[in-house]
Amino acid sequence: MRVLWHLIRRDLTLVFRSGTDAGAALAFFVVTVTLFPFGIGPEPEILGRVAAGLIWVAALLATLLSMERLFQADYEDGTFDQLLLAGVSAEAIAMAKIAAHWLVTGLPLLIVAPVMGAMIQLPGGAYGVMVASLALGTPVLSLIGGIGAALILGARRGGALLALLVLPLFVPPLIFAVGAIDAAALGLSPRANLLFLAGLLAAALPLAPVAAAAAIRQVLD
Amino acid sequence: MHRFANPARFMRLSARLLPWLAWATAVLLAVGLYLALIASPPDYQQGQAVRIMYIHVPSAWLSMAVYAAMALASIAYLVWKHPLAGLFTKAVAPVGAGFTALCLATGSLWGEPMWGTWWVWDARLTSVLILFFLYLGYIALVGAFDDAERGLRVGAVLVLVGTVNLPIIKFSVDWWNTLHQPASVARLDGPTMDTAMLIPLLVMALAFTLLFVVLALLRTRAELTWRKVEVLRLFQAAGE
Repeated sequence: MRVLWHLIRRDLTLVFRSGTDAGAALAFFVVTVTLFPFGIGPEPEILGRVAAGLIWVAALLATLLSMERLFQADYEDGTFDQLLLAGVSAEAIAMAKIAAHWLVTGLPLLIVAPVMGAMIQLPGGAYGVMVASLALGTPVLSLIGGIGAALILGARRGGALLALLVLPLFVPPLIFAVGAIDAAALGLSPRANLLFLAGLLAAALPLAPVAAAAAIRQVLD
Repeated sequence: MHRFANPARFMRLSARLLPWLAWATAVLLAVGLYLALIASPPDYQQGQAVRIMYIHVPSAWLSMAVYAAMALASIAYLVWKHPLAGLFTKAVAPVGAGFTALCLATGSLWGEPMWGTWWVWDARLTSVLILFFLYLGYIALVGAFDDAERGLRVGAVLVLVGTVNLPIIKFSVDWWNTLHQPASVARLDGPTMDTAMLIPLLVMALAFTLLFVVLALLRTRAELTWRKVEVLRLFQAAGE
């Protein structure tokens, strides 16, 4: 547990000292959402109808954007070998990296999403549910993305490959999250969809670090 | 199982089996296609379009069975490090992707006259599409490493992660009650199809399965041979 905490703090320090990755993902999210009113027209009814999907697809892409480099730097400069030699398990490394990634990219999305929702006319009753769906869903995205990031370590054309591997697996959280927001916008109960989303999180939280660690070990030995 | 993991024994055994299997596949496919396209009756509701099912259903079964086989081989590869299991997984992935594409294409051709649309975002259709993407992702991932061995190992992990999709495909018609019809052959209370249609379907399914076995053996042999060629080339390069 202590090791996990130190690893997360190390990653956060690295991000804040360099300050680029986190800001880039957030800016990407804002710019992507802003593009849609130009693409599909500024009519409030149309925008409001698709707002939930727009926010979520933009969140998916923003998560993916910052994912490619998740393990890359530590793999290239030998930090992984050192940590494994020091007796840290690959699962702990994967978990810490994923947690740090979520803190840097997922958490800021929660804060910015309501503002973007207002800009694309998200129906009034759906804001709380949207933030709840992002709070439950973005960790799932980071966890699944972490598996993908570990798989492409050392591969050629990593970025495009990561999208091909990870985006299909992003479909279940996307379905339930948008289902919850749409239900709330129509005045129905989003409970069932949010519970499914929580279930996905409960399944991904223990399993994804194990899978990512398996992929990391394949590369290192 | 471990006995057959020896590449030399596999090469000998598969060379002996292949001609028999290939002939059996050809005969069964011919019989199956005759029964399905000519001898079986048209459906009272769907008319002649029901014949698409004799291709669609076996390829759908195979698309999932091939992935399941890849998952089992991946476990064998990661746990016991059998080189043959990794090569098998790599060799059959394009075959599985082909069956999945065939399933999607025939389903789309059938859907246009029956449902009035080429494609709907139904749970079954969507989950099979994701299966197709998983196949493509695996093929791309395995090919993206300079070290072929590493590609096989990482690919095996991806195959295992993707197995979560298999139960979703199987039960999608029960969980989400959308357009695609539920199972009518593999049911606890027996098939709900008429025997005049069930027999051609089962013959076609058997023919497709044999076709897969033949392709799998052929392609795994090719992968092994290719590996040998590469090793010989490395030796040659080192000798010069």
